[in-house]
Amino acid sequence: MLTTVLSGDFPRSRWLAALLVTVVAGLAAAPFIFPGTRSLDVAARILVFILLAASYDLLLGYTGIVSFAHTMFFGIGGYGVGIAMSKLGPTWSSLAAGSAISLALAVALAFLVGLLSLRVKTIFFAMITLAVASFFQILASQLSDFTGGEDGLNYKLPELFLPGTKFAEATLFGVELSGRLFSYYVLFAGSLALFLVLLRVVNSPFGRVLLSIRENEFRSEAIGYRTVAYRAVANCLGAAVAAAAGILYAIWLRYTGPDTTLSFNIMIDILLMVVIGGMGTMYGSVIGATLFVVAQNYLQDLMKLASNATKGIALLPDLLHPDRWLLWLGVLFVVCVYYFPAGIVGRLRTRKAPPAP
Amino acid sequence: MPEALLSLAGVNTHIGQYHILHGVDLNVPQSGLTMLLGRNGAGKTTALRTVMGLWRASAGSIRLGDNEIHQRATPDIARLGIAYVPENMGIFAGLTVRENLLLAAREHVMDEKRLAWIFELFPAMKKFWNGLAGNLSGGQKQMLAISRAVIERRKLMLIDEPTKGLAPAIITAMIEAFKELKRDSTLLVVEQNFHFARSLGDYVAVMDSGRIVYAGRMAELAADESLQQRLLGLSLDSHQ
Repeated sequence: MLTTVLSGDFPRSRWLAALLVTVVAGLAAAPFIFPGTRSLDVAARILVFILLAASYDLLLGYTGIVSFAHTMFFGIGGYGVGIAMSKLGPTWSSLAAGSAISLALAVALAFLVGLLSLRVKTIFFAMITLAVASFFQILASQLSDFTGGEDGLNYKLPELFLPGTKFAEATLFGVELSGRLFSYYVLFAGSLALFLVLLRVVNSPFGRVLLSIRENEFRSEAIGYRTVAYRAVANCLGAAVAAAAGILYAIWLRYTGPDTTLSFNIMIDILLMVVIGGMGTMYGSVIGATLFVVAQNYLQDLMKLASNATKGIALLPDLLHPDRWLLWLGVLFVVCVYYFPAGIVGRLRTRKAPPAP
Repeated sequence: MPEALLSLAGVNTHIGQYHILHGVDLNVPQSGLTMLLGRNGAGKTTALRTVMGLWRASAGSIRLGDNEIHQRATPDIARLGIAYVPENMGIFAGLTVRENLLLAAREHVMDEKRLAWIFELFPAMKKFWNGLAGNLSGGQKQMLAISRAVIERRKLMLIDEPTKGLAPAIITAMIEAFKELKRDSTLLVVEQNFHFARSLGDYVAVMDSGRIVYAGRMAELAADESLQQRLLGLSLDSHQ
């Protein structure tokens, strides 16, 4: 059963298994363990970014494609829901239409970009995706009638998703059975299901060909694989999952704007999550995204505590001042990359496969 | 000579501004092993790469059986039943031995009997089955490259310098393995080790300056020292 669910891709490290179980259990029970608004927001953000980082790892870690257009697909998903909800009204059919159209658009755009540019060398492909992503960002900003411009879109969702909706008067472990709880578990189920699909993809023969392309494209061709087709499919698949992550995030936030979806900062965040977690390991995105989002949200608080605790000691309170949280975040990442060049999962994991026949 | 499986006629290849192959005419007979010999820079590797479509022939014809292949893409040529083992072995260092072999199996399923045959030919493959290919020794990498080429029956195998950099003991093991491989498939092998070439070759073609300057049976070349001197600048006997 577990072999089927994980597609035979076990953590292969006790430490990693323990970390993964902790993260998944923590996220599954987040509304009950961390009922506060902020902590639930952080948990939801972790779920979205696990999916987004995993879909990016399919390109970068498994196929060797360096793309800077991943947030564009994330944005397409978010704006698909946002525009549909604000223009067509908060109904299930408009949510379905917005989601379907954005998924189709993301796949079509990924296919076009891939077809036009996957034949060129890595750096040129990266530049083309950067240009397309910038164009899309400008487009979202300029078409303010549709997208809300720089302010973005606030919208209502079907009633089930609204925080004010109560499913019962009773509470479960002291937590209200509200629309917010429903939204969170939709997000949890969606992210988990899509993550397992990605895990299946990378452990399939298709995933093995992607790895061979990452290793050496010409060798893969000499064996008989049309590498451009494989890269194009991987690009489309990555785009579709990124758009799905955008849809889920839009459902959670009930807001879509350039800062939450299309920003280049998000692209850098995803890149760091993948690198820190470990490229070419789906579990790396779980660890990378969790660490990154938690650090982004709680490092400042932690530093405030440390700064207060070290009052009276020369320099330390200033160094640990909460305003310097970005500096320490940077130091943390440099240390991570220095000590774990293959990422945390790469370091924890040893490559073991089934025994010889 | 038996009917040709692979025929090159007037093949010219340019790499950038350099004209490497100057009208190569070569017939590789069906079944058996054809050795492609020649000095360094004669165009042997370029000839193999041109057959695989890795370099595009600027003129001439390349036929595999009844199929004209010189305008086809590399994956299509491979799918016609040609396996290519490049000089640098072409293994996927970041994947395991098992994953390397699975990649070469067309339906991603390996035939058990064939796998057992490969393990018999190259026991190291079984020993390091789950090990990373990048951690294998040079000889083991070569064995893996050849195993990958034979994991399915191919019409033709193109192998570039299989003994390059290998220890004499490994070369002896390779000779035995190639005797088996000859029974399974037609082989075109580029080689610098003349002892290896003479031990295995049924047919031979010699290249010089981008042209085939001799083609015939290996036994005839091996028996004629003056011909060896003229074509290769040395005697086969001096390289045993």
